[in-house]
Amino acid sequence: MTLTAQKAPTEGVISHIRGRALWMRRTALQMVHRKGLGHIGGDFSATDILATLYFGVLRYDPQRPDWDGRDRFVMSKGHATGALYTALAAAGFFPEDMLQTYMQPESKLNGHPNRNYLPGVEANTGPLGHGFPIAVGIAIAAKLSDASFNTYVLTGDGEQQEGSNWEAAMVAAHHKLDNLTLIIDRNHLQQGTRTSETTALDPLDEKYRAFGWDVVDADGHDPVSLLDALDPSTRDGRPRCVIAHTIKGKGVSFMEDKAKWHHGVPSDDEYAIAMQELA
Amino acid sequence: MPAAQELFDCRKAWATTLESLAEEDTRIVAVVNDSVGSSNLGGFQARFPDRIVNVGIAEQVMVGVGAGLANGGRVPFVSAASCFLTGRALEQIKADVAYSNYNVKLVGQSSGVAYGELGATHHSIEDLTWLRAMPQITTIVPADPWETEEAVRWAAAHDGPVYLRLSRMKVPDLGPDADGARRFTPGRARTMRHGDEATILASGTTVHLALNAADELAAEGIDVRVLSFHTLNPIDVDAVLAAAEETKAIITVEEGLKSGGLGGAVAELVTANTPVPLERIGFDGFQTTGDAETLFAKAGLSADGIKSATHRVLGRKSKDR
Repeated sequence: MTLTAQKAPTEGVISHIRGRALWMRRTALQMVHRKGLGHIGGDFSATDILATLYFGVLRYDPQRPDWDGRDRFVMSKGHATGALYTALAAAGFFPEDMLQTYMQPESKLNGHPNRNYLPGVEANTGPLGHGFPIAVGIAIAAKLSDASFNTYVLTGDGEQQEGSNWEAAMVAAHHKLDNLTLIIDRNHLQQGTRTSETTALDPLDEKYRAFGWDVVDADGHDPVSLLDALDPSTRDGRPRCVIAHTIKGKGVSFMEDKAKWHHGVPSDDEYAIAMQELA
Repeated sequence: MPAAQELFDCRKAWATTLESLAEEDTRIVAVVNDSVGSSNLGGFQARFPDRIVNVGIAEQVMVGVGAGLANGGRVPFVSAASCFLTGRALEQIKADVAYSNYNVKLVGQSSGVAYGELGATHHSIEDLTWLRAMPQITTIVPADPWETEEAVRWAAAHDGPVYLRLSRMKVPDLGPDADGARRFTPGRARTMRHGDEATILASGTTVHLALNAADELAAEGIDVRVLSFHTLNPIDVDAVLAAAEETKAIITVEEGLKSGGLGGAVAELVTANTPVPLERIGFDGFQTTGDAETLFAKAGLSADGIKSATHRVLGRKSKDR
């Protein structure tokens, strides 16, 4: 199997990922501020994960978005389009200028992604608990065809409350999908409050282990930690679950770990302060 | 009406056709929810053990896996009892299949009131109303083994989402169209009998009942047109409007809810274009427990019921004149 993730990532790769992540956060904040809509808290908790995937892990060709051999990334937390669209633009799937149209009438950049008119999108997610089952199907297709591509899916942590994920977890373990990686953006917050105050998820790691998964923890804001956790060469015949420990709103002090920034929109003053911090 | 028509379980045509297609096209896979037996896919499983994905009793992941398999270049036939496939996984059908536009073939088994005695949880009379709200999914309700085979072949070759609504209730072979040839074109109703006094638009397990009713009406000197209206999405607008304009009276017959299904679709078209008297035969809501034949008779899904509806609609037509 050809690997893109590197056992000992060079400083160059790490600093490139960090640079792209900073650009993604600044751009996503601009998009949300301009439109007055979005999910900036979840965008920021997922940004480093997406930057690591697109600039350190995934094999893809933006000129051939439907290339059969591409690694698949399914964005199950489809509301975090500020992170997804900036990653796809940075990866070259469409021009960065298009980001200015975010959620404008007739824009290809819906509030939730649409594969039918946006290259690089694998599934039209939005309702939660959909991307993971789809990723399981993709990984089964790869096994049926003896194809070497890997499939990655990112869910929110609150999203794990959707029962369809646990159907998918059982099916993936049964089929020994060692070409599948589930990443859980473990920021401990959902729309209204903390996951622990809603329907508690812990022990999430033990749950996935009991379901037959290889579970690893990662610092979801550290590309070195993420690259290590996402390294496909360390697979042991089971699907892998990476619990990426994150902070919702990461990167802007007043947004961090605050439920109100799930879909909060910064005022002009807040925007100016946030952009100063994201430098 | 023939004394003893040979009757067929269309699941046999579905399964043998899928097996023969799978032999030619290695992309074809089956996805089931512990429904190998009820989908009549035992033969497929024996021939292609690696190409059947049984997710267990889990319809949401079943449909999601179907979309994922399509992403990976496969042609998945996702087969399960209609009531669970469409009811439990409706949001997956909407988002993963219709809105994502994945090349998934959804195959609803034992639709309508085939599981009559099991009660309303197991009846699938709402499915066509739900699916008609997703015009991206070509929706076909075959009436006999030949239409079933044609529909499965067409679905396999078509690049796009399809819902095939099958039944386990035995039906006769309908034979050729009224002009002597057999033609199956999705989106085009089949004219099974010519007539100019009224038109019966029937689908699936009810088409043979409509033909029986038409025979009996002919004996009374009433010539009605009978259409096998096998495709609900996209609806054959021309056939509906021709029926309204040329025969000026319409009866719809379906093993499903009248609201939103074929009856609903025809009512929308006719009232907006050529208002004519219309009678709709189908179900009104949850049905009681009972064998399918009893539930059919109660709803007027019988030659007698169709005849009565035809007389009613003809009475309204003559008053309108």
